[in-house]
Amino acid sequence: MAGAKEIRTKIASIKNTQKITKAMEMVAASKMRRAQDRMLATRPYAEKIQNVISHLAQSHPEYHHPYLIERPAKRVGLIIVSTDRGLCGGLNINMFKTAINAMKEWSEAGQEIDLTLIGTKANTFFKRLGGNITSTATHLGDKPSIIELIGTIKVMLDAYEAGNIDRLYLVHNRFVNTMTQSPELTQLLPVSGEVDEQLKTHWDYIYEPDSQPVTDALMIRYIESLVYQGVVENIACEQAARMVAMKSATDNASDMIDELQLIYNKARQAAITQEISEIVSGAAAV
Amino acid sequence: MAMTLHVEIVSAEAEIYSGTATMVFAPAEMGEVGIAPRHTPLLTRLKPGEVRVQAQGGEEQSFFVSGGMLEVQPHVVTVLADTAIRANDLDEAQALEAKERAEKLLADKSADIDYAKAQAELAESMAQLAAIRKLREKR
Repeated sequence: MAGAKEIRTKIASIKNTQKITKAMEMVAASKMRRAQDRMLATRPYAEKIQNVISHLAQSHPEYHHPYLIERPAKRVGLIIVSTDRGLCGGLNINMFKTAINAMKEWSEAGQEIDLTLIGTKANTFFKRLGGNITSTATHLGDKPSIIELIGTIKVMLDAYEAGNIDRLYLVHNRFVNTMTQSPELTQLLPVSGEVDEQLKTHWDYIYEPDSQPVTDALMIRYIESLVYQGVVENIACEQAARMVAMKSATDNASDMIDELQLIYNKARQAAITQEISEIVSGAAAV
Repeated sequence: MAMTLHVEIVSAEAEIYSGTATMVFAPAEMGEVGIAPRHTPLLTRLKPGEVRVQAQGGEEQSFFVSGGMLEVQPHVVTVLADTAIRANDLDEAQALEAKERAEKLLADKSADIDYAKAQAELAESMAQLAAIRKLREKR
C-alpha cells in the first residue's frame, strides 16, 4: 500500500500550516483596520501644511526658499519605503520594480542616484543591487513615530541644501483598497507650488521672528509629514497585502488537504480490497 | 453674536483639537501671543508650552505642545504641533545615526551572503534527500 501513513502525516502537517496562515490572516485584518485609522489621522496635518506652503509659493516674500527653486538635475535622491517583514505577497517587489524603472530612466539621462531606505526589505534588496545608500531606518513597528524618521530624512534634505542632489523623490505603496495597493512615485523636492485659484490674493503673512527661519521650519516639517504619511500608508498596505496573501495560502492548504484526503481514502480502500481478496483466495485454496 | 475663530490643533500623527473659540493663546517664539478674531495673517514658530483655547462660554481648554508652527488667518488659527522635541543639534545627531546605519549596512557583507548561501545549501540537501527517498522506494 502506497504509504497511507505518509499521506496522513502530510495532511497533519498541512493542517498545522493552515492554522498558522489562518491566524496570521486574522492578525493582519485587525492590524490593518488600526493602520487605516492611523493613515486617516495623518491627513489633516498634511492638508493644513500644504495650504500654507501653496500660499507661500505664491506670495512674494523677500526670501525664496531653496526647496521652491527648480534647478537642472544632475543627481537625484530617492526615498524608498518598504516593509520590515515579508509574507505579504508581491507588495515590496512591485514597488521595487517601480523604483528600479525610475532609476534606470534617471541613469539613462545621466543622473546619479542617492538612496534612502526605510524598512529591512529595501535594505536587503538594494544592498545586493548596489547603489549609493546614504541613510536607512528599519524596525519602525506598527506604530511608527515621526521621531525615528527625522534623522533619516534630514540626510537627504541636507544633501539637497548643499546642492549634492537636485531632486528628491519618494516611492511607497498607495492604499487603494484592501485588495489593491499600487506603488507610487512622487516628487518631494523641489516643492511644486500648485496654484490654488482661491488663494490668489496679494497678501502675505507677518513672520515672527523672520521669514527665513519660519519658512525653513515649515518646509522641513512638510517634507517630513509627506514621508511619514508614506510610511504609515505603506504599513496599511503591508497588512492588507498580508491578509490577502494569507487568505489565499489558507485556501490553497484546504485544497491540498482535500486532494490528499482523496488519495488517502483511495489508498486505504485499495488496501482493504487487497486484504479481502487475499483472504478469499486463501479460503478458496483450503 | 460674538465673533469667533475656528481653531485646529493637529500633529503629524493625529488630529488633536478642532472647534471654535473666542480667543487663543500660544507660546510663540518671541513670547506668548493671544489671537483674537480678525487677527492679521501671521506665521510663527512655537516654543514648547501650553496652547490655551478659550471657548464661547468662557471655559478654557489647554493643550501641551512640544513646539511647532502657528498659522493665523483672520478667522482660522492652525497649530501644527510637533510630536517630538526639536533642536538643530538633536536633529543632527539623528541624521548622523541614520548615516551610520547605512554605512553599517554596506559594511556588513557577511550576514546577507551567509543567508543566501545557507539557503542554497538547504535547497541542495533537500534535493538530495528527495532523490534518496525515491531510490529507496524503487527498491
